[in-house]
Amino acid sequence: MRKADIANEIYEKVGVSKKEASDIVEFILDLLKSVLQKGESVKIAGFGNFVVRSKGARKGRNPRTGEEIGITPRRVVTFRPSQVFKKYVNQP
Amino acid sequence: MTKAQIIERVAEQVTTLTKRQAELVVNTIFNSVRNSLHKGDKTEIRGFGSFRLRARRMKEGRNPKTGATVSVPAKKVPFFKAGKELKDLLNK
Repeated sequence: MRKADIANEIYEKVGVSKKEASDIVEFILDLLKSVLQKGESVKIAGFGNFVVRSKGARKGRNPRTGEEIGITPRRVVTFRPSQVFKKYVNQP
Repeated sequence: MTKAQIIERVAEQVTTLTKRQAELVVNTIFNSVRNSLHKGDKTEIRGFGSFRLRARRMKEGRNPKTGATVSVPAKKVPFFKAGKELKDLLNK
C-alpha cells in the first residue's frame, strides 16, 4: 500500500475530492514529521507511539572491508506498536 | 502530540472539513495501515517510512513470579522503518 491508496480511501470514506484527500494526507505527514523533528513523541491511541531517541557515538565497522569507522551521535525514530495493534495483526 | 491534537490541527487547517470529518480522516489513515498489515501487505509512505510485519519465532519464556517455563508462541509484530527524509530531518 502507498500514499495514493490511503488518499483514495479518504476520498471514498469522507467525501472530499481526490486532490483534497491527497493534500490532507501530505499535511498530516508534514505535521508528524515536524513534531518528531522537535523531538516530541507522537501518540496514536490504538495504533502506537513514535518516539525520538538519541544515540551516542560508537565505533562501527564496514562489514565488507572490516574497516573501522566512527558512527556519529544521532537521533532515530522508533515505533512502539500498541497492544491493540499487536493483537490485531495476529488475528486470523 | 496525540491523535486528538492531530485531529484538531487538521480541522483548523482544512476549513472545509468538519471536526467529525477530520477525525474520520485521521482514523482512516491509521486504520488502513493496520488493515494492510493484517492482510499481509506492507505500507510504504514516501518521505516518512514503511510499515511491515516481522515474524517472531516461538521461544521458551519464564513466568518471573513462579519460575515455571512457558512457551511463548510464534507471532508477528508490526515494525516501522523510518524513511530517508525523516532520518535526515532529525539529524540536520
